[in-house]
Amino acid sequence: MTPLLECRTLTKKYGNTLALNNVSFTLERGRIVGLLGPNASGKTTLIKLINGLLTPTSGEVLINGMRPGIESKLSVAYLPDTMFLNDWMNVKQLINYYSDFYSNFDVDKAYDMLKRLNIDEKMRVKAMSKGTKEKVQLILTMSRNADLYCLDEPIGGVDPASRDYILSTILNNYNENGSILISTHLISDVEQILDDVLMIRFGCLYIHKTVDEIREEKHMSVDELFREVFRC
Amino acid sequence: MSWELTSDRPIYIQLVEHIKFDIISGRYKPGDKIEPVRELAIKASVNPNTMQKAMAVLEQSGLIYSNRTSGRFITDDEELITALKASIAEAYCRDFITKIRQIGYSNDEIRDNLNNYLI
Repeated sequence: MTPLLECRTLTKKYGNTLALNNVSFTLERGRIVGLLGPNASGKTTLIKLINGLLTPTSGEVLINGMRPGIESKLSVAYLPDTMFLNDWMNVKQLINYYSDFYSNFDVDKAYDMLKRLNIDEKMRVKAMSKGTKEKVQLILTMSRNADLYCLDEPIGGVDPASRDYILSTILNNYNENGSILISTHLISDVEQILDDVLMIRFGCLYIHKTVDEIREEKHMSVDELFREVFRC
Repeated sequence: MSWELTSDRPIYIQLVEHIKFDIISGRYKPGDKIEPVRELAIKASVNPNTMQKAMAVLEQSGLIYSNRTSGRFITDDEELITALKASIAEAYCRDFITKIRQIGYSNDEIRDNLNNYLI
C-alpha cells in the first residue's frame, strides 16, 4: 500500500531564511502523530507544504503517492493556525458552506459535536470568543471524512475540559486508514493519545519515534524530553 | 474519567499494570469479557494502538485470551490470577519496607506501626 504521506528531502527557503532543511519521513495509516518543535522550527511550513499552500524549494511531498493538488485536497483536512472563517456567518451557514464545498463533509457529525460543546448553531462568528472559534474550526475540520487531518495548533485557546472532549473526539473519529498530524505546544495534554512524535529543530527532523520508544529509551515523557532538547 | 498515568514510563506498561490490578482486585472476574480495544482506549484517554499493545502483552502472559470471533476474555485460570496477586503484593511490601527503612525505622518500629493499622 502506498504510504499516506511521504516527504522526500523536503527543503523550503523564504529568501535567505531556511525554514525546512532536507526533511524526509513517511507517515503510515491509522496513526496519531504529534508534530513538535519550538517557535519558528518549521512546523507550520511543513503543514502548508503538505496542503499545497506552499511549493517546496526542493524535494517533494506525496499524499497517497500524489503531489498536493485537487485530489489531495479532498483527502486532507486542514486546520490552519489562524482564524479563517467569515465573521458574518453563523454556525449553520458555515456547516452548509462546508458541506457544499467538501463532498466528504458529515453534517450529522458536525451537529453532534456542536451539541456536545454547547455551541448554538445560530451564533455568529463575530460574537464568538477565541476558544469557541477554535472549537468551531476544529469541528468543521474533523467532520470531514478525510485520510489525513493536519491540525495546526488546534487546542491553544480551549479550556481544559473542552480540551479533553476534543482529544476524545480525535480518538473517536480517526479510522484505521486515516492519520492525524497535530502540531502543538501542549505536549503533556496530547502525549497520551499520540502514536508517534515528529520533533523538528531548526528546520531539520530531529526525532521520529513512538511515544513509548522515547519513554523507554530516555526514561522521560515527551514533554520532559522537549524541555531538555530545547532548553533556552 | 481517564486513567491515572505517570509521565516517566511507557504508557503501554502502565496500561498493563492497570488492567492487571483490575483483574486481581476483582473488578474483572475470571472469564469476563473485556471491552473492545477502542472503547477501552477512549475510556483511558490513550491511543488505541497503545491499548492494543497492552492487550498483546497481557495475552502473552496468559492473563487474557482472545477468541477470534467473540473478543477478548479474562483467563479462567484462577491459579494464574492468585500467582499474579502474590507477586504484586510482594512488590508492594518490598517497596514499603525499602522506603520505611530509608527513613530509619527499625524492624520493631515497623511492626508496632503496622499493628496500629491492622486493627
